Amino acid sequence: MTLTEVLQVEGQAGDFTVTLKQHPRYVDMDKCIACGECAAKCPKKVDDEYDQGLAKRKAIYVQYAQAVPLKYQIDPEACIYLQKGKCGACAKVCPAGAINFDDRPGQKTLRVGSLVMAPGFEPFNPAGRATWGYDRFPNVITSLELERLLSASGPTEGHLVRPGDGKEVKRLAFLQCVGSRDLNQAGRGYCSGICCMYAVKEAVIAMEHQPELEASIFFMDMRTHGKDFERYYQRAQEAGVHFNRCRVHSVEPGERDGDLSLRYITNQGRQVSQDFDLVVLSVGVQVSDQAAELARRCGVPLNDNRFAKRSGFQPVAAFQRPGVFVAGAFAGPHDIPMSVTDASAAAAAATGILAPARHSLTQSKQFPPERDVSGQEPRVGVFICHCGSNIAGVIDVKALQDYAAGLPQVVHVERNLFTCSADSQDLIKQAIAEKGLNRVVVAACTPRTHEPLFKETMKAAGLNENLFEMANIRNQGAWVHAGEPAAATAKAKDLVRMAVAKAGLLAPQPPLSVGVTRRALVVGGGLAGMTSALGLADQGYPVDLVEASPRLGGAALHLFMNWREEPVDLEIASLIARVQDHPLITIHLRSRVRAADGFVGNFISRLATPEGEKVIEHGVGIVATGGQPHKPDEYGYGRSRRVFTALEFDKLHMLRDGRITQGKNFVFIQCVGSRQPDRPYCSRVCCTHSVQAAIQLKEENPARNVYILYRDIRTYGQREDLYKRARELGVVFIDYELHDKPRVNISPRDAVDVVVWDHVLHQPFRLQADVLILAAAIVPSDHAAELAAIYKLPVDSDGFMSEAHAKLRPVDFANDGLFLAGLAHYPKPMEETITQAQAAVARAATVLAKDRIDLDAIKAHIIEEACDGCALCLDVCPYGAISLKEIDGEAEHRVAVVEAAKCKGCGCCQATCPKLGVEIPGFTYEQLATQVAAALSI
Amino acid sequence: MSFEPRILAFNCNWCSYAAADLAGTSRMQYPTGLRIVRVMCSGMVHPNLVLEAFSQGADAVMVMG
Repeated sequence: MTLTEVLQVEGQAGDFTVTLKQHPRYVDMDKCIACGECAAKCPKKVDDEYDQGLAKRKAIYVQYAQAVPLKYQIDPEACIYLQKGKCGACAKVCPAGAINFDDRPGQKTLRVGSLVMAPGFEPFNPAGRATWGYDRFPNVITSLELERLLSASGPTEGHLVRPGDGKEVKRLAFLQCVGSRDLNQAGRGYCSGICCMYAVKEAVIAMEHQPELEASIFFMDMRTHGKDFERYYQRAQEAGVHFNRCRVHSVEPGERDGDLSLRYITNQGRQVSQDFDLVVLSVGVQVSDQAAELARRCGVPLNDNRFAKRSGFQPVAAFQRPGVFVAGAFAGPHDIPMSVTDASAAAAAATGILAPARHSLTQSKQFPPERDVSGQEPRVGVFICHCGSNIAGVIDVKALQDYAAGLPQVVHVERNLFTCSADSQDLIKQAIAEKGLNRVVVAACTPRTHEPLFKETMKAAGLNENLFEMANIRNQGAWVHAGEPAAATAKAKDLVRMAVAKAGLLAPQPPLSVGVTRRALVVGGGLAGMTSALGLADQGYPVDLVEASPRLGGAALHLFMNWREEPVDLEIASLIARVQDHPLITIHLRSRVRAADGFVGNFISRLATPEGEKVIEHGVGIVATGGQPHKPDEYGYGRSRRVFTALEFDKLHMLRDGRITQGKNFVFIQCVGSRQPDRPYCSRVCCTHSVQAAIQLKEENPARNVYILYRDIRTYGQREDLYKRARELGVVFIDYELHDKPRVNISPRDAVDVVVWDHVLHQPFRLQADVLILAAAIVPSDHAAELAAIYKLPVDSDGFMSEAHAKLRPVDFANDGLFLAGLAHYPKPMEETITQAQAAVARAATVLAKDRIDLDAIKAHIIEEACDGCALCLDVCPYGAISLKEIDGEAEHRVAVVEAAKCKGCGCCQATCPKLGVEIPGFTYEQLATQVAAALSI
Repeated sequence: MSFEPRILAFNCNWCSYAAADLAGTSRMQYPTGLRIVRVMCSGMVHPNLVLEAFSQGADAVMVMG
């Protein structure tokens, strides 16, 4: 439901009534084929919001090329017809008759059991503040404007020129924290969390476009705390991006027209002024007024930063509003992986309370029995689409029809205005029945969007769906050769000839599916593992929970407070109790996975337990093996009674150890073992942890001196409030550089001396520490590598497990049916671990919700007569889907076998086999060779 | 007389075939001498297919994935 807003939400968890208002689109979505004729003729131009006003769009438009659904809409504010009653150019040219100026707003009510709010963010608007000169200087732009300028689909096709005068950009500056960490100018204290990383990315991309370009980033703290972000930051430095730790106070006109001058302090402490061609404001994120109003209507409270109020232990639940869940930047300044993880977690939480009603409204499609075409000569039907005038306007479709009719095996050809329309499907079914067709070719657009539709039609006509082929004469024909109708027609004939030749060789493929063992295995009994286990059990699936140690709880047992200052111990105790009491969860303590086999829906894992080996059959697995603190080998650790890691300090602090209660001078050193060549990642949680500990020390006794020696303070997101409070309480922050780490001297009488170079005073600064706290890195658990080998899971160079896609599949492994959560993936705070664990539940539930999983028919097929068991295909298969089996018990006579559920149909085996002993149906060597021959036969 | 090469391309369904579709959606214009064979992965293109294309008269072969 697009163009729809929520007017009212009534009721409670499990039974909400939601009133919706549907705004008119003025375009019939069922008819619109997104050909773009309307926009080409529309005379009204307005600023394109997607291109940040840097380009124009028409009054009838699609928001952007990837919009879903890909349907046009009319902007009623801009449309001449809707405003003045004249024009209607779009309606005149629309080949599908989709324009409907009489469209009116509608209202609708829905009854639902739970709600998910994901209204996103809006960028901070820097206009109206003199400091940045955004509305005074045309060459001061926001980061989102730069994003469009750098995009190949943007207004300049990725060529970086100034919006003011079109001059090529050679000197580019980024100002960080515009609208973030700034109560003075922007009224916002929080850190937006995403801007450091996008600025570094944009700087690198700009330099790739224009190698002679100089990019400078002016920042306070470089917050590249995400997985692999620190490496990217390092690479940017090596690529020559200049990083200046300085907040620039104003943007002034430069010497030459259009240039801009920045005055700043260099990293060496000199004051300089420098001219730039383009200044980019790295704008922060905020919840929009509309989203805040939506929150009010849904009864969802917001916090002081105007994000959704939440508890750290129920991170996707709206605060004190059961049945309503939040995800994405509305929940806090989240980047893409966090938002995607949130979304899956919210799905798990929202469906968890609805689990008893699952499948109660499901309807499945019925198809007639399949006609047996084996042994029949191919009888090919060709359907040529005009696509309105999209194809027929360029290609001579009549000539194409006559040509197709003369091709071998073709017994029927017809043309349709739109072959994809509902009435055309009836015509195709009719032709299949009347002409006895057993192969169908549609010459129209791309199979990537339309093949599924036509395959449904095949099934409805009683033909196997794999007896179908498309010729892409629109996207790869009429549209790209608009000025050459004769050549485009000749090419269309070639494409149809290729498709028909291949169609004659297509064979029916039986639908494949595998059964699902509707149980889960969770490895790791810490916060992530327990949350996953409980989530799946609450959805109704039995879970085996495997923990190597003698007790549940994991690393969270050593934490006493989350960053929201909520106590951890009670929560963990309650979680352990719920896991232990759940009738569907079986706990295996002191146990490890020793071996495993199988594939999605059908895994078999062997556990070594104190009671002996146990064999567990399960449909999905969640890996939550956690992490552990790095043991420092520097700063006097292990040589003094006054030097601790952060976790050791917490324990002693809690136990009111005399060294701490009596201590006057406390020194924290950050990045101990993190962000250095042997461990080039940020451990993400340590800055917040030290700042919180410092606050406590100061609040207990304001007379204490507390120093934090840091490289960048990374209290990202709303944690920034803690950093601000620590400074207000008088905690002293001193930054140091990796090449000049603090030096620690321990006297024979255990006096701890810390010397650090002070960048403000430009001299060494000596601190006598009663207690020295080392913020030690988080490293993966010892079991991670072993488990990765057992399940063949990818591990990165730091030893953390690698997800299938860093942005879009953050909790999936590339191996279907296996998921990950918690510290095994990367260091993260508890709140993000819980979200990830809930997300893994949602992803795992997509497998467990069904008795069987339907598989694609495009799977490798071994031709046993041709296979001599040489096993070359085993080596090239990226999915480990091929193995060897013995024939008649003879070890020397073996052939390859394919596990269909693991095969993705990539065909690397087919390209490798020296005997043509393996093929991918629909893309066999013979079929591809026939297409090649047909393509080149004229 | 200008030379118009006949180019045969093997395009991966998931990336370069999609890119060729997007070129169409964006109305980018290019010479008509290109014929695209869709494959499910550039890894399935047997080396002999490339040789077949050349032997049957292709001036160039592209494997894109």
